[in-house]
Amino acid sequence: MIEVNNVSKYFGEKQILHSINTQFEEGKVNLIIGRSGSGKTVLMKCLVGLFSPEEGQVLYSGREFHNLPEKDKLLLRKEMGMVFQGSALFDSMTIEENITFPLDMFTEQSESEKHDRANFCLECVDLVNVNKLYPAELSGGMKKRAAIARALACNPKYLFFDEPNSGLDPKTSLLIDELITKITHDFNTTTVVNTHDLNSIITIGETISFIYQGHLAWRGSSDNILTSDDQTLNDFIYAQPLTQRLRKTL
Amino acid sequence: MGIGSMLIVCIVSLAMGSVITLQTALQIESGWIPAWTVGFVARTSIVMELCPTIISLLLVGNLGSRITAEIGSMRVTEQIDALEVMGVNPASHLVLPKVLASIIVNPVLCIFSIGFALFGGFLTVWLTGCISTYNFIDGLTYCFRVYDVVYALTKTCIFAFVMSSVASFYGYRIEGGALELGKASTQGIVVSSFVILVLNVVITNIML
Repeated sequence: MIEVNNVSKYFGEKQILHSINTQFEEGKVNLIIGRSGSGKTVLMKCLVGLFSPEEGQVLYSGREFHNLPEKDKLLLRKEMGMVFQGSALFDSMTIEENITFPLDMFTEQSESEKHDRANFCLECVDLVNVNKLYPAELSGGMKKRAAIARALACNPKYLFFDEPNSGLDPKTSLLIDELITKITHDFNTTTVVNTHDLNSIITIGETISFIYQGHLAWRGSSDNILTSDDQTLNDFIYAQPLTQRLRKTL
Repeated sequence: MGIGSMLIVCIVSLAMGSVITLQTALQIESGWIPAWTVGFVARTSIVMELCPTIISLLLVGNLGSRITAEIGSMRVTEQIDALEVMGVNPASHLVLPKVLASIIVNPVLCIFSIGFALFGGFLTVWLTGCISTYNFIDGLTYCFRVYDVVYALTKTCIFAFVMSSVASFYGYRIEGGALELGKASTQGIVVSSFVILVLNVVITNIML
């Protein structure tokens, strides 16, 4: 479980996050949702240690990440996997090299073990015969899946996805959502997904934290998000004509 | 890294050696000055100053901008963030090999450059007949000191360190997109060139 306690983040004088309190549960798909510029990416970067919050704590199974000694922080980082918005695959490496990169860095595995692990991770994300291809040779959806395979390489306890559906067509978005749910349940990971994709919110969100102007405005699940009476949440969820029509049917 | 710059280094060095020899020959017309002085002056200028400095400045534009662009595009596309999340130190993983490679390869390029520049001078003398090739070679070998080469290579190593570390720094700290990448690349070249020129004066003062 990941606990976020009173996390505040400033850029200069500007406060981006205002005392965020939330939890991300083990074995569940936990969503952080909100409009663009609401602070959800900043929150995720605070979770994974790319930003340090000025106030508050991020606890990984009771371990306070930002105050850990560097050695322990490194050990905790090995339990994390992250899929970035633009996939962030290393351009100069093949897909297999991308996946085995964290294994090269942190394990003593033999070449054949690493090759087998890469193939296993690629099978998990339904990618075949791409081992020797470079990221530039893949489509957007394939890159995303390859990035998920890389994130899985070290068998992480905590998985983070930053806008996994951005730039993808609806069908591929659905496949990525299914993949996220499957991986979370199969490997019992604590998965945190940063998204504003309404379909993802409704279909995969087991716990949902709604960020509005840097504040945690609502917390719940996909079961009660459509019937919430929170005005800021409803303004976000029912912003589009299609969802407004859906609301009338509820 | 740097091997791809071999062709341009060779072309520039040939031209540089050729011009310095020709100009020296044209300036020294007095009968009191021996003809081998042309070779001596050309060698001294080429080995001690032109090759280490001009080639380093050339490599700032060629390799330095490439380092900035490579690291900068990794920053823009979140590849550096991915390294950090994995627990890999991006500075040591990305910057250190480039700095080491520059310190190793740039002196090699400098040696090639010296060879090609001296050959360029010889070709010019042979083709124009401004002095005899015997006198030119006599000048090239007159009072030759190994220390001059050590001095040139020391300068090249220091300039290589400056070039690669400044270029990496500008690439690493990029925030934004393609526009910032271009700006950072230009800034990296300007700052590296300035630092190299200042250091050139300082090192010359210390070592000579």
